Amino acid sequence: MRYITYLVIGVFFGIVMFKSEAASWFRIYEMFQFGSFHMYGIIGSALVIGVIGVQVIKRKRVGTLDGSEMSLKPKDKGVARYLIGGTIFGLGWALSGACPGPMYVLLGAGFPSILVVIFGALLGTFLYGLLKSKLPH
Amino acid sequence: MSWINDPWPWYVAGPLIALTMFLLLLVGKQFGMSSPLRTTCSALGAGKAADFFRFDWKAERWNLMVVLGAIIGGFIASNFMSDNTVEINPEVAQQLSQDYGIESAQEAYLPTEIFGLENFMEPTNLAILLIGGILVGFGARYAGGCTSGHAISGLSNLQLPSLIAVIGFFIGGLIMINFIYPLIF
Repeated sequence: MRYITYLVIGVFFGIVMFKSEAASWFRIYEMFQFGSFHMYGIIGSALVIGVIGVQVIKRKRVGTLDGSEMSLKPKDKGVARYLIGGTIFGLGWALSGACPGPMYVLLGAGFPSILVVIFGALLGTFLYGLLKSKLPH
Repeated sequence: MSWINDPWPWYVAGPLIALTMFLLLLVGKQFGMSSPLRTTCSALGAGKAADFFRFDWKAERWNLMVVLGAIIGGFIASNFMSDNTVEINPEVAQQLSQDYGIESAQEAYLPTEIFGLENFMEPTNLAILLIGGILVGFGARYAGGCTSGHAISGLSNLQLPSLIAVIGFFIGGLIMINFIYPLIF
């Protein structure tokens, strides 16, 4: 039953990603060219609601459906890993036009070429696992 | 009804993405779409090569269900709720056509010159897709999250590390578009 819930949330997210065009290479390119407000609006409006909602959750101590605490763990402190890792991610995001969520959405939408990107992302994740101890964090 | 087939405007999409995050929080999970990549590596046996993948991936199977759902969502939206074209800023479309020979803006969902079935096997395109994917996978894990994990979940929780990561996303993206694209296209 729980797994059906996760599946349904995924389906909802997939539809939103595709319908909002956030899964389109063109929209990502346009965003980095500052050619339209569209992507900034999506991220910005998600954030405004996200920030307000998380504040309400914290102040009212809203729990999960089964009564435990919500997963709002603070991120580890640091600068190097976020700045370097983030920049590497940004290079790939602009090159492939796809971040991890939309990759899966595009696969379902019938673009077999995205399998190359997904394979690359798995490979990149694996490479990080191998090199982790040698990288500045 | 046209709202089914028309693209959803940002002020509809953004709140629905926030809703996705809240739904996951409500069932005790965190919104982040790059963790499933790590789970998948682990499930495929990467634990034999690196400690990073030595964890109980079966406890993380829920995020593979979200991924499966996203795939199904993409199928439903593209087949029944979309004409699969994306109308971007005409000036950007014209620039893509003039500078890079990408003519499919306003007519397709992804540039057919790169992603089309007949084109993606070309060595340059394969390299773009593969290297793009590697950078995304590597960078997301190094930074501890991607657009959903940092730009939505982390920033919603007012996390400074997420702000640094998102600044990094834009530094990388702007370098790629302004300095590297002219070299490869």
